[in-house]
Amino acid sequence: MIFFEFLPYLLVSAGVTYLVRMLPMVLVRKKIENKFILSFLHYVPYSVLTVMTIPDIFYSTSSPVSASVGFAAAFVLAFFDKGLLRVAAISCAVVLAVEGIMFLL
Amino acid sequence: MNELKSFKKGIFDGLPICLGYLAVSFAFGISAVGQGLSVFEALIISMTNVTSAGQLAAVPIIVSGGTLIELAVAQLIINLRYSLMSVSLSQKLGKSVKLADRFLISFVNTDEVFAVASAQRGKVGKKYLYGLILTPYLGWSFGTLLGAAAGDILPEMISSALGLAIFGMFVAIVVPDARKSKPIALCALFSAALSCIFRYTPKLSDIPSGFVIIICAVVASTVFAIAFPVKGENDKEEAK
Repeated sequence: MIFFEFLPYLLVSAGVTYLVRMLPMVLVRKKIENKFILSFLHYVPYSVLTVMTIPDIFYSTSSPVSASVGFAAAFVLAFFDKGLLRVAAISCAVVLAVEGIMFLL
Repeated sequence: MNELKSFKKGIFDGLPICLGYLAVSFAFGISAVGQGLSVFEALIISMTNVTSAGQLAAVPIIVSGGTLIELAVAQLIINLRYSLMSVSLSQKLGKSVKLADRFLISFVNTDEVFAVASAQRGKVGKKYLYGLILTPYLGWSFGTLLGAAAGDILPEMISSALGLAIFGMFVAIVVPDARKSKPIALCALFSAALSCIFRYTPKLSDIPSGFVIIICAVVASTVFAIAFPVKGENDKEEAK
């Protein structure tokens, strides 16, 4: 594909994606006082993250078995507040271990 | 009012995101080049879009010579969830974050950056946020370049294990807060159930994932905002 054919696609894709992110952050600069909106926004992160995680996490590795064990490991580590980096790294290592065992079996 | 100002903490908190991004963008790089884009094109898409689902949807439209309208609508639908996140994050920004900073920070307001920034107590400052977006942005770009240029160097087992990184991080954000607050725990369970309904019900499963996230988040947050409203100023502390 010639770059000049590619360029309009790039501009449209990047432009739309940026506007969708930028406009609300630039336009909403005041502190929101409305109790309902505040409560709503309080729950948004937890809801968004859970929806993105469940059930996708079970399909995120090459086998639902290793992914499930990885999820269980992440859950337990997170329950005991081990921090993002440690939870992410250790649960990946657990997946690797499980897949290694499955490979040998 | 406490405001998180440490650039170093931002960098540190960005590392797990960077790790997950390396794996995901690596896969994107392989896929983009496999579909016919050049290494440079794959890289510049990642450096200007910084969004996984949107980019994955864009490549087939580009290589098949689809219309620009089609591309714009697809990006709007898939990425509209970021509007919700940007509004939410706008309430967390400290006084050090000026208007010009908002233009730059919103450029890298990804699911994961939003997640980590939201998980902080109190307000987040400019330096923290710049630290937080730096390593994920580099990881996203570098991973794409590696995947596009050197496809199969990573053993499959390693890239498979890295696939869990981002989700592991999400778990690490939701679970500790859910443990401390019953409404948050219930909201997470409710959201998980909604998400599964959309995934496993015929027809509903045809809805693009970006839309599913918006629908589920709006429904769950509305229900819980009515059932368990937060009391005041510092929302994180009050909901316990």
